[in-house]
Amino acid sequence: MDKVAQGKARWAARAAQSPCADDRQFITVSGTPIQPLYTPLDIQDLDFEKDIGFPGSFPFTRGVRDTMYRGKLWTMRQFAGLGSAKQTNERFHYLLAHGQTGLSVAFDLPTLMGYDSDHPRSKGEVGRCGVAVDSLQDMEVIFSGIPLDRISTSMTINAPASILLAMYIAVAEKQGIPSWKLTGTIQNDILKEYIAQKEWIYPPAPSMRLITDTMAFCAQHVPKWNTISISGYHIREAGSTAVQELAFTLADGFAYVEAGIAAGLDVDVFAPRLSFFFNAHLDLFEEVAKYRAARRLWARYMRDKYGAKKPESWLLRFHTQTAGCSLTAQQPENNIIRTAYEALAGVLGGTQSLHTNSMDETYALPTEHAVKIALRTQQILAYEIGVANTIDPLAGSYFVEALTDQMEKGAEAYFAEIEKRGGVLKCIEQGYFQREIAEAAYRYQRQIENQERIVVGVNRFTEEGDTGTIPILEIDPAVEHEQCVALKRLRSERDNDKVQRALADLRRVAEGTENTVPAILECVRVYATEGEIVDVLRSVFGEYQEPVLL
Amino acid sequence: MERPIRVLLAKPGLDGHDRGIKVIASALRDAGMEVIYTGLRQTPEAIVRAAIQEDVDAIGMSVLSGAHMTLFPEVLELLRAQGADHILLFGGGIIPDKDIRALQQMGVGALFTPGASLQEIIDYVRREIAERRKAQQ
Repeated sequence: MDKVAQGKARWAARAAQSPCADDRQFITVSGTPIQPLYTPLDIQDLDFEKDIGFPGSFPFTRGVRDTMYRGKLWTMRQFAGLGSAKQTNERFHYLLAHGQTGLSVAFDLPTLMGYDSDHPRSKGEVGRCGVAVDSLQDMEVIFSGIPLDRISTSMTINAPASILLAMYIAVAEKQGIPSWKLTGTIQNDILKEYIAQKEWIYPPAPSMRLITDTMAFCAQHVPKWNTISISGYHIREAGSTAVQELAFTLADGFAYVEAGIAAGLDVDVFAPRLSFFFNAHLDLFEEVAKYRAARRLWARYMRDKYGAKKPESWLLRFHTQTAGCSLTAQQPENNIIRTAYEALAGVLGGTQSLHTNSMDETYALPTEHAVKIALRTQQILAYEIGVANTIDPLAGSYFVEALTDQMEKGAEAYFAEIEKRGGVLKCIEQGYFQREIAEAAYRYQRQIENQERIVVGVNRFTEEGDTGTIPILEIDPAVEHEQCVALKRLRSERDNDKVQRALADLRRVAEGTENTVPAILECVRVYATEGEIVDVLRSVFGEYQEPVLL
Repeated sequence: MERPIRVLLAKPGLDGHDRGIKVIASALRDAGMEVIYTGLRQTPEAIVRAAIQEDVDAIGMSVLSGAHMTLFPEVLELLRAQGADHILLFGGGIIPDKDIRALQQMGVGALFTPGASLQEIIDYVRREIAERRKAQQ
């Protein structure tokens, strides 16, 4: 080490004399300063066994499986949902026919917020940002012709997650598939909704109960289902730094683990079904370091703090989506390239599943053409450039190991701050996360304005008339009308006595302490609408209001 | 001394993406304006009521959900119905060019889409409010 230190000093002296010496500060996308050169000195405290180790072994820095992509590539899971159930079903068949290996459903805002399509608050929003689901009837159409025992489905749904999961189980029942065969994920991460995405319904305490109910129900009946996808993606999209994304997401994860334990569940029963969802932003090395640090931190906390005994409980498995917020409206084809590099970060970081954004997403939901290029980006990554040939290829890089360590320390500093403030829920109430993120977002935007950060096509290499050059998908406003007509028909054709009985039973369960999921499943089976089910729960649990923070 | 420009910023509809509007709020405030932010999920009625009560010069609405063709005209309509159309209604979000043209023909001010710079927005509000104030004198 002494020799390295001497060598480094000599090099630094020479570099300072160089005619090209540059004393600007170089920073990552998140603003972390980067040294000009990393050497063994930067990782001298690292212990291979303890900090890096082998894939599939504690602390899983190098990946959660022994064989990683040589054994099984990541799942290529493009998020889709648009307009009506029928349109979404067609898009799913299109994606499956082009080699996509898992489904991922985007729901429209009324569905995310628990309003039926004909609710006054749904006006103008039906089918816009995703597919409208009012009842089991819509879910039957979405998954028509798709064998649910052979395809895994991810559903981006949070406050009403248990209702949509119940609908999925009911669709499977109709296909003759028992619930234990179902694989997939519901996002079901309400904490990040309060922090970043802001699609909540009920206050935190009953929301947490719905989540622990779902964890308990699935452990028994849908054992292969991932019951929460703890999501940093939206935290990052809201403007956080990489370290904030890492820290706040894991803190949310720990809060779910603590809630599960407090609800009397065995940590080794539910922890193996927790999965994660991270953003892949532009800074390649920072992102890779983030994923590696995330795995190491989770493993250590699960084993040492929460006493999980099964190795499966220590694994941090994650889905990645490339950063929507990094895409630009100017020169939209450049987004293909940004997305490709971000996808590379996800793969070098050992993701289990990946969504690549389409170039047109700063304008609208993607067209078929754009989404196909996004999927092809993943296929090229998987099969052409050799990146999947060996596991965790950046391990041992002085820079990447040092950065991984730095990420981990940054996250731990946040954990200490969160604890000092009384935990995750207290921090949400105080607006702590929200303010930290908003400040980071403003800082980032100002860096772009001041040209401290270069964005190609936006503040450098600009061209005249460089927007609006690609075709954009339009959602037909008729979708809203058709959805309302179908809903009216459903309400007149179903057995309304059965519906009322099921809803009354749900009310009784919600007022007590029994698990809510079986009662929700019964409501779904008799075609109660999502809005009706949410209304019952809302009247028992109340509604959350965010304090206005600025 | 002329009173500072007062702007009400609002997120109507169900969309919870508030990164953009919070960045704009900080930028307008740093540029010396008085900013009132309504928080999420405001109805057009509540937005117009707050704008009149707070006696603002402008309302800035952010819509990323695709519901812009419903929400902007409703607010515009309510402003007119209440004789408050001296208040500038501008906004931003994910809004296709064709819809921007249609909304501006109805009387909505500038609509900023992804990639707009903060300075552009600040300059626009200053210029537009100065003109409106002059016209009212």
